[in-house]
Amino acid sequence: MATVTGQEVVDPGEYKIIGTRPVRHDGVDKVTGRAKYGADVQLAGMLHGKILRSPHAHAKILSIDTSKAVALPGVKAIVTSADFPILKDQSLDFGETQGNIRMLAENILANQKVLYKGHAILAIAATDQHIAEEALDLVDVKYEQLTPIFDVKEAMSKDAPVLHENLTTIFRVDRFGKGEDTGVKGNVAGLIQFKRGDLDEGFSKSDIVVEREFTTQTVHQGYIEPHTSTGQWSQDGHLTIWTSTQGSFVIRGATAAILGIPESMVKVIPMEIGGGFGGKTITYLDPLVAILSRKTGRPVKITMTRKEVFEGTGPTSGTYMRCKMGATKDGKITAGELYLAYEAGAFPGSPVGGGAMSGFGPYKIDNLQVDGYDVVVNKQKTAAYRAPGQPQAAFAVEPVIDELAEKLGMDPMDFRIINSVHEGDRAPSGVPHLKWGCEEVEQAMRDHPHYNEKLDGPNRGRGVAVGYRLNAGGSGSSATINVNSNGTINLITGSVDIGGTRTAVAMQAAEVLGISIDDVNPTVVDTDAVGWTGATGGSRIAFDTGRAAILASYQVITEMSERAALLWDVDPSDIVFEDGIFVSNKNTEDTMSFKELASKLMGTGGPVTCSSSDTQGGVGAQLAGHIVDVEVDPETGKVDLLKYTTFIDAGKAAHPSYVEGQMQGGALQGIGWALNEEYFFTEDGTMANASFLDYRMPTSLDLPMIDTVIIEVPNARHPFGLRGVGETVLIPPMAAIANAIHDAIGVRMDRLPMSPGAILEALRDNK
Amino acid sequence: MQEFEYVAPTSLEDAVKLMAEKGPKAKALAGGTDILIQLRGGRYQIDRLVDVKNIPELNQFSCSQSDGLTIGASVQNYKIYESSEVQRLYPAMVDCASLVGGIQVQGRATVGGNLCNAAPSGDTIPTLIAESAQALIAGPNGQRTVPVEEFCTGPGRNQLADGELLVSVNLPPVKPNYGAAFLRFIPRNEMDIAVANCGASVQLDESRQKIVSAKIAIGSVGPTVIYCIEASNSLAGADANEASIEAAAAAAQKAASPINDMRGTVEQRIHLVGVLTKRVLRIAISRAKGE
Amino acid sequence: MADKIHVQSNINGYDVDFLCESRQSLLEVLRDVLNLTGSKEGCNDGNCGACTVTMDGRIVESCCILGVEAEGKEIITIEGVASADSLHPVQQAFLEEAALQCGICTPGFIVSAKNLLEREPDADEERIRFWLAGNLCRCTGYDKIVRAVLKAGEVMRKG
Repeated sequence: MATVTGQEVVDPGEYKIIGTRPVRHDGVDKVTGRAKYGADVQLAGMLHGKILRSPHAHAKILSIDTSKAVALPGVKAIVTSADFPILKDQSLDFGETQGNIRMLAENILANQKVLYKGHAILAIAATDQHIAEEALDLVDVKYEQLTPIFDVKEAMSKDAPVLHENLTTIFRVDRFGKGEDTGVKGNVAGLIQFKRGDLDEGFSKSDIVVEREFTTQTVHQGYIEPHTSTGQWSQDGHLTIWTSTQGSFVIRGATAAILGIPESMVKVIPMEIGGGFGGKTITYLDPLVAILSRKTGRPVKITMTRKEVFEGTGPTSGTYMRCKMGATKDGKITAGELYLAYEAGAFPGSPVGGGAMSGFGPYKIDNLQVDGYDVVVNKQKTAAYRAPGQPQAAFAVEPVIDELAEKLGMDPMDFRIINSVHEGDRAPSGVPHLKWGCEEVEQAMRDHPHYNEKLDGPNRGRGVAVGYRLNAGGSGSSATINVNSNGTINLITGSVDIGGTRTAVAMQAAEVLGISIDDVNPTVVDTDAVGWTGATGGSRIAFDTGRAAILASYQVITEMSERAALLWDVDPSDIVFEDGIFVSNKNTEDTMSFKELASKLMGTGGPVTCSSSDTQGGVGAQLAGHIVDVEVDPETGKVDLLKYTTFIDAGKAAHPSYVEGQMQGGALQGIGWALNEEYFFTEDGTMANASFLDYRMPTSLDLPMIDTVIIEVPNARHPFGLRGVGETVLIPPMAAIANAIHDAIGVRMDRLPMSPGAILEALRDNK
Repeated sequence: MQEFEYVAPTSLEDAVKLMAEKGPKAKALAGGTDILIQLRGGRYQIDRLVDVKNIPELNQFSCSQSDGLTIGASVQNYKIYESSEVQRLYPAMVDCASLVGGIQVQGRATVGGNLCNAAPSGDTIPTLIAESAQALIAGPNGQRTVPVEEFCTGPGRNQLADGELLVSVNLPPVKPNYGAAFLRFIPRNEMDIAVANCGASVQLDESRQKIVSAKIAIGSVGPTVIYCIEASNSLAGADANEASIEAAAAAAQKAASPINDMRGTVEQRIHLVGVLTKRVLRIAISRAKGE
Repeated sequence: MADKIHVQSNINGYDVDFLCESRQSLLEVLRDVLNLTGSKEGCNDGNCGACTVTMDGRIVESCCILGVEAEGKEIITIEGVASADSLHPVQQAFLEEAALQCGICTPGFIVSAKNLLEREPDADEERIRFWLAGNLCRCTGYDKIVRAVLKAGEVMRKG
């Protein structure tokens, strides 16, 4: 039970609503097929668009002849990059990543040059999708092919072909800083560097040093719903966009900037979203349907095919990494050096900063250096993917930790606990930590039955790994509460609900207001109907939008206290709201429940409508840990998962089922990344496996049950102690599985995916 | 997808006529789980799609000890693996028919379609070869029969001339002391294309200690599923033991001529042929022994 | 424009007439012609199961079937699973077990799972995982989905 006095929650920990498991408010619509997702938009007279994409990885566009396509009956309009206004380089916040608006536009439609196979060139609107598709075949594009570059190490070399003539390396010492332009031209867009102490001195104190190289491949978020957008441009200049996005305001901003129109003329209606994992924080289709609608006067919808999703949207980086760590005999890490080279894809902006911030995050290291390179190559422009950049870095660090522990003859969890990070210790980036659950999670792992039970049988092994993330948040969330006369509330936010956040946020309002969760009607509305709200990303919605809902709830209590004071003829300061009841200090017999008082609002001054916006941030540092048992078939190289347990410091789990869901889903994506998922590029840069058949995401038959352990070390920045839980869950799996494979067959896997073929090769090389 | 004419004839005669009229511009539609995807991807340009699911001859499905197994070209996979007679007499057909796609695909996909699609990885084809199946073909010039190992002529190419249709595949009756099996290797546990696969049958003598004859076929390791004649012959007259199995597996590996692609490397595939052939032969022998 | 074909079918218990082009998939017909948008397109090549419907009692992917092939068939989509006043036990279990996150795969999973439990109400975890392998989910790790189907099976066994 939460007691609210004024603006502060005291006595956290005992709650009526927080920590329970109500059925989600949008549940019935989603199990009956009624929920409307982006592609479900059907409008009268709607046209369908299709996109022509580059068959080359690197080429100049010499000419585009659309005359035959235009002549096809049913074709109504074509958009090319010539339809975009000329854009200057200008930074734009995408919610999880930053971007350059000119380059964003050039990724949406190539301008003069194509930079990867699948790069969009133009879009055609026709009366149906089949005709639009036929029209694509009638477009004649002439190219001059240029030498492509795919490998991150080769792209960094001096004589590599260059993607962008004017690209220079920006040097940064903090992730979101402006940095310093080094003036060095090439494919290296950025270097981020963290330094602390003296590396040589640190290594000189080590009794043992382990250094290894690692590579990972491009992987996709793999959301089941393809990108889709529908646009209607009205004759009065108003543009309405129905889209599938994690951030309606981000899409509004980007679309307005690319089209050169005011944001106030754009309304973005976020439809239900079929997964995003970071990949739906940026725009691909919205400006195209807008222009096609402007040209035709009709609504236009474009929905990508699965192949287009793979070839034309933003996966996460393939990498080359080196990690060197030293420790003393008694298990104290003395120095760490981490080198990260991440492919950005065709335009700058890999998530290497995330990797640089997090790789050494779980360890107290007094002497460290992290260098992170952001490198452009002729592949899809990367986008955010759940804990962007961090799973890769953990794949470089955690196996080295495992090897150090092995060589020291220490238990790998004990080794981690010795080096764990506490309140006041600094993150690799230099930020000091508030209280968080690093050691608590590690101890829970070490003490868990799964970690301690015997694992019998040949070719079986157990592995552990942890993952660290410093969740920021604070990009802005707004909430409005309308109190209804029957004592229910409408809770209005702009946070797209990608995994149950409507309910997690509603629970926080219900807790504060002392009402049932069923008395909250949470709705996600369009950009005209709520205050500015950043994207659903950065693990921030339960935290940030939750805080906005809590603040709005406080306002509701304040206003309703005034109404009670009016009824009881006392001063508002004499009203106390406790346990869902308004009580007068002057006469304790004057009490009224929230519901009773709600029925009296019209007679005491009219409706109560309270809005709040919050940008405080502080979603918090977080540790997640995974324990996995595997069995390897040494004849085929296939890895089977026998048992899987995940741990996380959730601060406080608002809705434990959906916290568990994040943990289990993160494990699934990590298992796929670990074992089979990769963009398989042919020599000309074609993604050969651009289908769900060959991209090989895990099926239900590939996984065991995923057990979950939630640790709660409350976050001081949130009234109920929440930390975000959406992303850290994806950081440990690849390393945990690599460590388990080593335990099973004695081979240290240093590349992803650890597919059957890769395991067979490693076994052969190990002989 | 391109435009095409859809027709659904109810007699074999009409179907052949409809196919013949359009020559290479006509394709047959059974389960559709390959052809529709290929049409969507632009692999073929056709004028006419002939739905063959309403033709009685293509819906034949019978299984008995005396007459063998007849699978009409429109018979869906689930009918095969759900049949108790097939489970009893042709377990290798259950092995392969039950792992093509997921349950949804098995509700539509057909063995006939899998054969006509002629993918090197086609999961039912090695079993059909191992089981000595014959393909019955109807065309403008009447009907003809082809051993399944001769049916596929290249990746996506088959024996069918313009106007011809696959009517059924027919597996001979099984004799005592006979067993067959099929395995494939995929990186996931379902929903995948074989990196390599293998079907094999063995006929043991009455003592069940010696192999009288055997047939081994391997997939995903060449332009078509490969009938491994030398490997098969190496088992004729051999003891039903590990040494014979090893020798046959080595011979099968020699027959493989795979390529490197996204699904596997040459080295991995040749290695897997050895692993799978051994595993399949062990199961086939075990089944032949009635174990 | 291509000529359209008249098709008669029974969808969710109602006789339905529609016109479609031969190249339109059943999924396109359901979504774009009949406005039954509960069946989702995830891959359009039979590898994700989001468009799963039952046709004459068997689960199939509607993206791998032509609209014209629905002639004379009985089709049940996600919209036909619940009754007017109550959810099907599988739907109820999905809600109670929090077996969905984004929800885009949910219609396909529910249609598939319902079909399994109608045949085999005592299906165990392994059987459920095998049956549902044609339905991809990227959010849940399948754990809560499997639990929901087990729970629904229990409810259906009790009748």
